[in-house]
Amino acid sequence: MFEIVEHPIEIDVVTAAVADPATGATVTFVGTTRDHNDGRQVTQLEYEAYPEMALAEMRKIGDEARRRWPIAAIAIVHRIGVVPIGEASVVIAVSSAHRAAAFAACHFAIDRLKEVVPIWKKEHFQGGEVWIGTQTGEAFAPGTRPR
Amino acid sequence: MTVRLRFFASLRERLKASAAERTLSDGATVADLWAVLCRERPDLETLSRSITFAVNREYVEREHVLADGDEVALIPPVSGGSQW
Repeated sequence: MFEIVEHPIEIDVVTAAVADPATGATVTFVGTTRDHNDGRQVTQLEYEAYPEMALAEMRKIGDEARRRWPIAAIAIVHRIGVVPIGEASVVIAVSSAHRAAAFAACHFAIDRLKEVVPIWKKEHFQGGEVWIGTQTGEAFAPGTRPR
Repeated sequence: MTVRLRFFASLRERLKASAAERTLSDGATVADLWAVLCRERPDLETLSRSITFAVNREYVEREHVLADGDEVALIPPVSGGSQW
């Protein structure tokens, strides 16, 4: 399951998408919108995607995770549009026979997603708004950007 | 040849457009396209180091040679969250 949605993410549905009787572990990462950043009080976050490419990049992350770890399944769902504070903006679920692979693959997937998937975040705070990543960001060569 | 452009996030707001088209000479690269855009909008120059390009939904280097009908996306830095 790889999706970009404009409504609240149902975490149980993402987790269920990777269910498999041959697995003994499911790791779910839930990224939620935080009420502060850089000393600012954040009122809401807004996400924008290049949807066709973002989905393709999400599928590539899934393929790479499957190549690197013995996982059974992986699901990635990202929400776009306005996401109120405290709600999930991204959910990643990974299942595997044993827990180590699922933890490692899930950690890899969220780090890689933030590096290469073309989804942008605009922070609205008291007195202003700013696109995150545009202030000091350097262009990166995909795959070589420092962690 | 004509290429289709897509702008997102900060760049979309700055240009007040999410899409455009430009006609370029045959053999033009992504770097040539960027130079054209910077001539039209000198304020883009300051973004030179922060923009990444994708052609037909794949990241490319600036030496990439464009073809008629290509979709070129100008990609500002993605959303971050490097602390964990």
